[in-house]
Amino acid sequence: MLKMMSRMNILTVSELNKHIKDLISKDAVLSGLWVKGEISNFKNHYSGHFYFSLKDEKSLLKCVMFRSNASLLPFMPEDGMKVIIRGYVSVFERDGQYQLYAEEMQPDGIGALYIAFEKLKKKLEAEGLFDASKKKKIPYLPRAIGVVTSSTGAVIRDIINVLSRRFYNVNLKLYPVQVQGEQAAGQIAAAVRRLNELDNVDVIIVARGGGSLEDLWPFNEEIVARSIYESWIPVISAVGHETDFTIADFVADMRAPTPSAAAELAMPERAVVENRLDSLMLRLRNAIMKKTSMERLSLKRIEGSVAFRQPFNRIYQDRMLLDVQKKYMQKALSALNTNYRNRLSLLAATLDTLSPLKSLARGYSITKSKKDGSLIKSIHAVSVGDRLEISLTDGRLGCTVDSIGEDNNG
Amino acid sequence: MDNREVTFEQAMAELEEIVKRLEKGELTLDESISCFRRGVELTKYCNRKLDEAERSITMLIEGENGVTEKELPDMGQGR
Repeated sequence: MLKMMSRMNILTVSELNKHIKDLISKDAVLSGLWVKGEISNFKNHYSGHFYFSLKDEKSLLKCVMFRSNASLLPFMPEDGMKVIIRGYVSVFERDGQYQLYAEEMQPDGIGALYIAFEKLKKKLEAEGLFDASKKKKIPYLPRAIGVVTSSTGAVIRDIINVLSRRFYNVNLKLYPVQVQGEQAAGQIAAAVRRLNELDNVDVIIVARGGGSLEDLWPFNEEIVARSIYESWIPVISAVGHETDFTIADFVADMRAPTPSAAAELAMPERAVVENRLDSLMLRLRNAIMKKTSMERLSLKRIEGSVAFRQPFNRIYQDRMLLDVQKKYMQKALSALNTNYRNRLSLLAATLDTLSPLKSLARGYSITKSKKDGSLIKSIHAVSVGDRLEISLTDGRLGCTVDSIGEDNNG
Repeated sequence: MDNREVTFEQAMAELEEIVKRLEKGELTLDESISCFRRGVELTKYCNRKLDEAERSITMLIEGENGVTEKELPDMGQGR
């Protein structure tokens, strides 16, 4: 017997529990599921974790919800409460105990709606329907306000009251729709589209009073969400109470906590606008008065200056200066004249000593070729028979070369 | 100047801008005066806009000939 066992693969308890845990964690169903049941043995541990069981008529399931998720719960679970839980199943190895690790918990009944809500919210968010960049600006002073809500009940009355109080000559167009029941979503969506077609309002309020999640449900329908997203007229949503959030709220360009608040967001108080305008007008007047009085002051300063008091002073002064300058100039000119004349006679004397005329008078002559008029400086420039012209001090001689003789000492 | 396309909001924004520029005092006298004129014009425009609309509270009713507007019993005048 012992021998046989030794041949088998013997596991420790820890190894077995680990193996089961691994098996369970590979299971697609167990790794993310919704379970519904009734809470029992609920313990809110001092660590912040919740320990409890979930049971139905036949079975019991151990559950734990860790503090990180438990702290986000909007309600405190208690024994006997029917809930729907989202979580995963895993094994607590120490005790060999499989259990549900709860991540989210909803009271049952609205649980199904809640799941649908979360699903649609995720889908539309992924599509970008909630993007802040797509939100349109609510006009400051709309010429007309469209309201999509029931024609009866407190909502439209509250909206009209608030609008009238803030801005008496308000222009409101109610597009009546059912706000709960089967027809509601389709009617709300059609109303938003129709107001866009008619194009006679600057902002649309989509509103409904408080109610259960089921009552508010039409505002969680995709068709309503899309109509709001596609509206090029800005939409303010006001559905239920302050704590209620619907898909319509996420898509709308602005979410108001209540219908009355939506009316306040849609229309400014006339008195406030008038005050703002008055104060701007006052500042405008003050600014222009300050400017003109400053300009007047600097004008006075200029008028008071010497130039304005004795305007010809400057001209007289300049004329005097001009006269002085003129005299200077005349003096300088005549000095220049004398200077030039002296230089001229000096140059003429120099020129005289260099003149060839004096040399000719002393008996020298200048010989030129008759042919081309070139000056003859050497016997080599002429041949026998060439005709020459010799200039003397009192005239010229035409000559012909008879002979050429070279000076030996030349 | 044509104001038909200017919204109340744009007019207010322009008015604020003009007041700020004028208050800085860096403009010439001529510029200041034309700014002032524009400011007065915008103020008048805004005041006119405030009074322009007549009070009208209606319900839209779809019919064979399109939408008609029916006056709502005036619930707002009570307050």
